[in-house]
Formats: sequence, C-alpha cells, structure tokens
Amino acid sequence: MRNFATLTRMRIQLTLRNKMFLFFSVIMPFGFFFLYAGVFAKGQPAGVRFFLGPVVALTVMGSFWGLSAALVMFREQGILRRFHVTPVTPSDMLASSVVANYFLMFPTVLIEFLFARFVFHVTDFGDLLATFILISIGTVSFASLGLVVASVTNTMQETQVINQLLWLPLIFLSGATFPLAFLPHVVQNVSLFLPATYLVQGLQRAIFSSIPIWQLAVQVGSLAFWAILTFFLSAQLFRWEPEVKVRRNAKLLVLATIIPFLLLGFWENKYGNIPAQAQSALDSLSGPSKSAPPPDSQAQPDSPK
Amino acid sequence: MGNPILQVENLVKSYGDVQAVRGVSFSVEEGEVFGLLGPNGAGKTSIVEILEGLRDLDSGRVSVCGLDPQRDSQALKHEIGAALQSTSLPDKLRVMEALRLFSSFYKRRRNPEELLKRFGLEEKRNAFYSQLSGGQKQRLALAMALVNDPKVLFFDEPTAGLDPQVRREIYDIIEELKREKKTIVMTTHYIEEAERLCDRVAIVDHGKVVALGTPRELKSHSGGTTRIEVRLAKPEPDGSLKKLEGVADARELDGVYVIHSHRPPKTIVDLVKHLEAEGNELVSLEIASPSLEDVFIEMTGRRLRD
Repeated sequence: MRNFATLTRMRIQLTLRNKMFLFFSVIMPFGFFFLYAGVFAKGQPAGVRFFLGPVVALTVMGSFWGLSAALVMFREQGILRRFHVTPVTPSDMLASSVVANYFLMFPTVLIEFLFARFVFHVTDFGDLLATFILISIGTVSFASLGLVVASVTNTMQETQVINQLLWLPLIFLSGATFPLAFLPHVVQNVSLFLPATYLVQGLQRAIFSSIPIWQLAVQVGSLAFWAILTFFLSAQLFRWEPEVKVRRNAKLLVLATIIPFLLLGFWENKYGNIPAQAQSALDSLSGPSKSAPPPDSQAQPDSPK
Repeated sequence: MGNPILQVENLVKSYGDVQAVRGVSFSVEEGEVFGLLGPNGAGKTSIVEILEGLRDLDSGRVSVCGLDPQRDSQALKHEIGAALQSTSLPDKLRVMEALRLFSSFYKRRRNPEELLKRFGLEEKRNAFYSQLSGGQKQRLALAMALVNDPKVLFFDEPTAGLDPQVRREIYDIIEELKREKKTIVMTTHYIEEAERLCDRVAIVDHGKVVALGTPRELKSHSGGTTRIEVRLAKPEPDGSLKKLEGVADARELDGVYVIHSHRPPKTIVDLVKHLEAEGNELVSLEIASPSLEDVFIEMTGRRLRD
C-alpha cells in the first residue's frame, strides 16, 4: 500500500515535468472544449451543456494514450527492470499508473466545468453525483485499457499504432465528436458495441438531461465491470523486462476485454433505447421534432431540467 | 568453510532451444566478494538474475539468505540490493528523489543523505537523471543498491562501458564495501576487475563453471607460468613451439602464438634460435605476467577478450 502511494506521487511528479503531458492532457481537451462550446454550441448555455458530456468524455478517454506510452517507454528503457528487483509488485505499478492518471485528469475536467460556468454561463450541470461517478469509473476503465495496450505491444511504434486504431472509432462512433443522433442507424448499431458510447451517452444524460445515477445503471455497471476486467488482465499480462515477449495466450486474454461490450451491444441493439435517448436529448436542444415525444425529458428547449 | 549465505546446485536455465546455464554449482560465504568471470553470453547474467528472483530456473536448487528466490521472491527482495545491467531511471527523476523513492520500498532502510555523501553525489542531488554522466549514473546505481542495507549485493557488470578512470572510481567504492564485509556477487568480463576485487572467482564459459577458486589459486593451478605472445612472419607448424625450452603449453589463437613458459628467458632465447633455423621471423613479442586470462585460455582454448 505504501509502495503504491509513493509510486503514485512519483508518477504525478514525472508527468507534470513532461511537456507532452501538457499538450495531450491540457491543451488538447481545452481545444476540444472551445471548439464544441464556441462553434457547435455557438456559445449558447444549453448547447454548451449538451456538449459538455462529450467533451468531458474525450478528456477522460484520453487517459489511455499517455498511460500506455509511458508504461511501454518505462519498459523499453529498462526502468521497470530496476523496479523489478525491489519489493514493488505489478499491481503497485499498475494501480499507481491509474490513480496518478486520475489525479492528473481531474483538474482538467474541473476547469472545463468552470469554463462552462463562468465563460458560457451554464448554471445547471444536471446530476453531479452521477457525473462524478461516471468520470471516475470512465477514467479507471480507459486507463486500464491503456495498460492492456502497453502489455500486448513490444515497442513504442506498435503502441502508437494500436492507440490510433482504438482512438478513432472510440471518438467518432461513440457520439463524442458527432452527436450519436446525427449518425446513421447502422453506425448507431455499431456504436452500441463500444465502451466509449456508454461513457459519452451516460455523461450526456447525467449532465444535460439530469438523469440520476440509478437510472444509469447500464452505463455505470458495464464500465465498472469492464474496468475491473481490464485492470485484472493488465496485471496478468504485465511484463517487467523488455526482452520478455508477449505470451502466446495473451492475444486470447485480450479478446476477453471485448466480450462484455460485445454482449451488451447485442442486448442494447435488441432491447435498449440508447439511440432514442440520444435523439430525444438532441431534440430537446434543437426544439421539438416530428419524432416521438422524448421519453425522459419533458423539458422546454434551451432549458432542460 | 563457515556458513554460506548463498548456494547454487546444478542450476539449469534455457531460453527456448538455447541452454544459457548448464549445471552450475557454487556457494558464497558471508562477507565474501564472489566474481563470475566470463565472456559476454557465458550465462553470468542469467545466473545472477535467477539469484535475484527475477527469472525462474528450469532445474537445480538455489538459496539466498536462506530463501528460495522463486518461491519467496518478495521476502528475498527486502534482503538483497542490486545494480543490474541495462537498467535506467526516468529522465526527469532527480537524484535525491530516486534514492528516497527506492528506500521507501523497504522495511529496513539506510539514510539516503548518507548514501548521497558517500557516493559523491551531493552536488548532483537535484540534478535530473538525464543530466548525469555515465560514471555518476553508475555511482547512483550502486548507491541505490544499498538503500535497504542489504545482506547480499549483486553487481552485474558494474563497470561495463565506463572509461578507465571512472572504472577505477567504481573499484574504490567496491573495495570500500569489501572492507565493510559486505557480501557481494558480481559478474565481469574484465580480468583486472576480478583479480583486484574478488575473494573468489568462478570462471564461466558456455553456461558452465570451468574453474573456481581464489585468483591466486587459479593462477597457480595454471602452473604459475608466464604468457609470451608472439606474432610471426610465417605460420609455424603445429606443436613445434611446444618443444622449446621451458614451455608448458603453446597454441595459436587468431594468428597470435600464445606460449606458456616456466622459464621465460630460456624460452625466448630458444624461440629466436628456432625461428632463425627455420627461416622465420619475429614480428612482435609480448610478455604478460600470469593472470586469470591464462586460466581462461587453458580451460577453454579461447581468449576472454575479443
């Protein structure tokens, strides 16, 4: 436990000394924020509130980028090797990565909320408890995804390629960049297989539609289960030494990380109403539309409750 | 002998089809500096990493501080300190932070300030790891091996890649640890290092211990001969140099004739006469006093250095 705490402190310190961190974890999220708030939402408080969920989700998901790169670099340079000969355990190493990442990401999210409040005059942030829980679980789950990526790749180049391959569908198909309701039906069906969709939609519903935590059980539950699974897998796959290659069964274990959202995706496609909820949220932003009345938001345009 | 703090019996380790360690046995007494001397790829690092609990063994028995490195690796790590090969620290970690961080991992700790002073790193206490020179990095690595006041120290090639002056600095540090009666297991491919620092040396080649003893024992075992190395204008037929006066052994290694002689002056005079008679010529001649290199040549038919 003590090792975990000192390692966490070290990771935070080192990250703050790293200029790349400033770009990926601070400048990029704020760039997204002002793009969404200023351009998409045209500075309207309701619009900013609508896009706050996706922006926060992008910030949260960005975790896995830096985390996987840092861990692979530590392994390639023989830094992990040095820790290997001390009493530090793989879980100390991995948990400290996740927790350090959480503390580093949180101020960015907080500043995004402060911008929304004081620059764009958003007064109602929906259900704060649900928002907080989703942010926390989302950070842990995407950080753990980063750890799995770090465990199954051997070089920095491989890591970056895999990160790109994961990142693009996660941000484009989940509603994080284009609102889910804008996407064609086929894409909506695909999006239900992605963990990112549950985070983005969950956050949007919590912040924009003021949905309380117990009505977000699917989002919170699936992400929490996935966080535990990916963290456990990353501990199984963890390698201290650069010359130790990925175990042969590792690829199979990685497939296990896909299973929860594969199953959930089928279920949601058949019985769920996430796209409908996304549609109704969009409708309540842009005024009532010809489609069916929104199931969970009877609010007036521009002032959702 | 007294009580071994470290024991290795019939240790075997393979990586795929390659047998890196092929039945190695030795034991190390408390307070002893024990060296594993051999060329790169001889299996020294594999042996040390198994002792540190970093790698699993295939067969054999190993005990360090009364613990099984494979089964009790967590407990063992509190008892040992190590300066490993090819490790590094994060670039933006400061010297003092590194010492504090690593000492925080252990139950038993030494004062990091004292280590900083002792290893001459006081001026560098706030320097980033990336700003240190090769020698400073190695001094820090040795200091970090001591943060938990370990019972056994492992130094894997502690001076590899350092220039001669820095190497001597590291020797001084290890000699001081030796005076404090620290148990040290070190690997090296430098003969000078093994002779100067080690109480006992195991010569390792192709995953086997080919000779073991104090440097003095090993050298006397090789017959207390002097090595004469000569280059000749024309090749000399096999065995003809063995017949010279006082010669114990003569062989050709990469174009150089290595002659081991009990009576060097006689041998040289005889050599010159012999060459004259054969119409051959001496290109160069070097005389080296007996060293572990001779033991290595005798045991393996090869040189330790390339």
